Amino acid sequence: MSTFKDRIPLPPVTAQKTNMACHFCIVGCGYHVYKWPASQEGGRAPDQNALGLDFRRPLAAMQAILTPAMVNTIRDRDGHEYRIMIVPDKACVVNQGLSSTRGGQMASVMYNGAGPSANRLTEPRVFTGDDWVSTDWDQALALYGGLTKRLLDEHGPDQIFCNLFDHGGAGGGFENTWGTGKLMFSAIGTQMVRIHNRPAYNSECHASRDMGIGELNNSYEDAELADVILTVGANAYETQTNYFLAHWVPNLQGATVDKKQKRFPGETVGQGRVIVVDPRRSLTISVLEHVAGKENVLHLDINPGTDTALFNGLLSYVVQQGWHDKAFIAKHTRGFADALKANQMGLKECSRITGVPVARIQQAAQWAYRPKASGHRPRTMHGYEKGIIWGNDNYRIQSALVDLVLATHNVGRRGTGVVRMGGHQEGYVRPPYPGPRPAPFIDEEIIRGNGKMLTVWACNAFQSTLNAEAYREAVYRRSNVVKEAMARARGATTQELLDVAYDAVENRGGLFVTVIDLYPTKFASAAHLLLPATHPGEMDLTSMNGERRMRLSERFMDPPGTARPDCLIAADIANTIKALYQKEGNKEMAGRFSGFDWKREEDAFNDGFRQAHKKKIDSQGGPTGHLATYARLRAMGTNGVQLPVKAYQDGRLVGTEMLYTDGKFSTDDGKARFLPAPWNGLPATVERERKRYHFWVNNGRTNHIWQTAYHDKYIPFRRDRYPMSPMEMNPADAKRLGVEAGDIVELYNDFGSTFAMAYPEPDIKPGQVFMMFGYDNGVVGDAVTDWTDRNVVPYYKGTWADIRKVGDMSDYKRTVSFKRRRFI
Amino acid sequence: MTSKISRRNFLKLGGGGIAATGASLATGAGLLAPGRAEAETGRATLPYTPKRVGLAKRLKTGRPETFTFPDEASPCALLKTGQPVPGGVGPERDIVAYSTLCTHMGCPISYDAEARTFKCPCHFSIFDPEMGGQMVDGQATENLPRIILEYDDRHGTITAVAVEGLIYGRQSNIL
Repeated sequence: MSTFKDRIPLPPVTAQKTNMACHFCIVGCGYHVYKWPASQEGGRAPDQNALGLDFRRPLAAMQAILTPAMVNTIRDRDGHEYRIMIVPDKACVVNQGLSSTRGGQMASVMYNGAGPSANRLTEPRVFTGDDWVSTDWDQALALYGGLTKRLLDEHGPDQIFCNLFDHGGAGGGFENTWGTGKLMFSAIGTQMVRIHNRPAYNSECHASRDMGIGELNNSYEDAELADVILTVGANAYETQTNYFLAHWVPNLQGATVDKKQKRFPGETVGQGRVIVVDPRRSLTISVLEHVAGKENVLHLDINPGTDTALFNGLLSYVVQQGWHDKAFIAKHTRGFADALKANQMGLKECSRITGVPVARIQQAAQWAYRPKASGHRPRTMHGYEKGIIWGNDNYRIQSALVDLVLATHNVGRRGTGVVRMGGHQEGYVRPPYPGPRPAPFIDEEIIRGNGKMLTVWACNAFQSTLNAEAYREAVYRRSNVVKEAMARARGATTQELLDVAYDAVENRGGLFVTVIDLYPTKFASAAHLLLPATHPGEMDLTSMNGERRMRLSERFMDPPGTARPDCLIAADIANTIKALYQKEGNKEMAGRFSGFDWKREEDAFNDGFRQAHKKKIDSQGGPTGHLATYARLRAMGTNGVQLPVKAYQDGRLVGTEMLYTDGKFSTDDGKARFLPAPWNGLPATVERERKRYHFWVNNGRTNHIWQTAYHDKYIPFRRDRYPMSPMEMNPADAKRLGVEAGDIVELYNDFGSTFAMAYPEPDIKPGQVFMMFGYDNGVVGDAVTDWTDRNVVPYYKGTWADIRKVGDMSDYKRTVSFKRRRFI
Repeated sequence: MTSKISRRNFLKLGGGGIAATGASLATGAGLLAPGRAEAETGRATLPYTPKRVGLAKRLKTGRPETFTFPDEASPCALLKTGQPVPGGVGPERDIVAYSTLCTHMGCPISYDAEARTFKCPCHFSIFDPEMGGQMVDGQATENLPRIILEYDDRHGTITAVAVEGLIYGRQSNIL
């Protein structure tokens, strides 16, 4: 085949066709996977290829998406080569045939032994001597299980730590959250667990849940029905792309007016408008102005960290105007008067704190909350993401926002909702977390020298935690104690190696680290044991998207080497430890590690997700999860079913489009709760950095790299675009610092320092920068303070730093585009 | 591709130069003169027919000219960027050409002289002609297909000779 990549193979009509929800972001676009023997090809005529498309002449624009990134060649364990093609499904209501730049590359990341996937972990590896060597599962499990048991016997579960995924999609899913949760919480019984992107076992939506509102309470269709979309600290074009393109854009262009008229007879309806709360003029704003017209986009560019003040100012003004829903408040909520009193803020004060002129705050209130000409209350959807959940005091900001939403009854009505825009897909089902709330600050415990064994499961805090430099330093220092001990144990049997590792963690302050992942990650450099895992396509996996839409992604190929699904790795570990206890006749402990007799992913699914009506299980499927079987989900295809399942009727699963339409909220008495959330400024730690350093370090994701970084560092299309974390900065600031596009800059403060690739951008305000979060080359978390809210949720967005030019990277200037990313 | 399918396609399309594909000819040899089959199977690139697309001295910086390549259904733009760029040809190594169909869903892209980028109005992808067609932002999974150019310094002519990357809507760049 030519290196020009100017042709692709077509699937023959006989190609196998299976369902796939995208691995990466929360939106979970629907795709189909075609697989066929590499010796065969479909023809160009529509009856000669499985796509049914006529390639004898060029396809029309928008007819289909089919690119070289959507095809690959794989080899199964049977020794045969197959071609695969993964293309978006037009019949999927989520993406309607669209693919993003990330989902569109799924075929490219599947294992074929060459190219990007050649970097996959294919077998367990153990650190011995001074290097990694491959080993078999028996030795790996004997080491892991043996050390776990010994620590459990000597110290109980509190010395066994885990950094653990909790989501859906790749590195997650209901099967895997259940398998790992059952191992950690029920069998081992440890509370010393943190979630993949934050330092404790907590929720990013404790406030909303405490108020009785689950954070995914509407459908993507509600964005088509809203009068106003009010988006806070979110960047939907780049990070919920096809939700934005397929559902927001039509509303903002007036294409859903007919639909609104049919749904809401007698009510004033029209083209949707959008209010964006974001200190930064994001790419999304530039696209919104293009599609909706500037007159329909209102940007509230608040000062960093002042969201609470904005929401309190809006709430006070709305109530003053009498635009709140008194009947709803009286019938379905509690605590309104107290919250209103606590949150009271005049418009002038609100303007002073947020930096937004009074008139613009009033305009926002009029758009979003003033009754319409027909007298009906506007339908305003509130969508928020990292600007809030990783903002200034997660619990407080979210309380203030949901107070405003409750007062104006913008939940439980079609066209409304107060929802997380989301990160990964979701897929949570676990036994109840055995620890308290707030949960232990696990990173801090590690830094303090606590914990003897750490399992890092499908996550990578080295790139994504707060105060990351101090954390990495502690992990490396403690890991090296064990590495040095293991290096001296030449010729040791597995039992002797175990003794050596135990001595190092017990008596010398060491930390035994196991990484379970697709790749040897940055964290793997500190590990003693690596276990190879699988991702969707190599296993059956269920997840749900941002509108609770659950799909089964079907296995269509073999995993590389001896890689195993996470749920089955958890089962292997449990069964190993169970056997050790059985051998010494300890029935009680053997019993705790029992119940893992799983052969396939479906066994784990049936044991967890489908048992929540019988056992105490925290499940996003709720007590009706048992209605969803693999066979039924397979039949529901890429549209799946929106959880909770209501019924199984006429061969179809019937789901729930919107929560709380009956006014009954998720509290004991069914009434939603207002929570007082008075504005209280920046946290002292953050305020100190703000006074000491010159630049606010905003950070977030880019369209190219979003829930995909673990693959992207190996994929030329993405690595060539961002060989290093880009940092957008105002051109005048860049000039003052002598910095040009493509230069390497250092960003430093009291917590740490990191490097980035300078990317001047006029839309960035002076004194602010925006750096890509979570990348391996340039980790912004190194400079993020150690401050967290009351539930140990970090303020990733709130740090200040100084910047200096490090050098001039000629290669970046030669190969990376620094043209404006905004669609102006 | 099976030989049956290849023959049928080949015949339907009338067998002209642009209709023949290397893949189809490889197994459809019975229909063809042996020499032709050998010529088509003995290469790793598609048999693009070179096409003269412009004169260097007539190009104006920042004002793209349109042409089609490798066939009439494939619109392209020839651009003089005004500074040496990767893949550029001509006396200043600043002349490049690209397919003007977005690699995402085939919408026609247009050149923004102020931003010096190509932009797609459908899903807002942006491509940089001064950096090999690199996607600056957007939803495509491929950079812009680059038309490989050759420059004849005796006559100042620019000739399109091949395409790097798949043009939208095709199984192969040559139909």
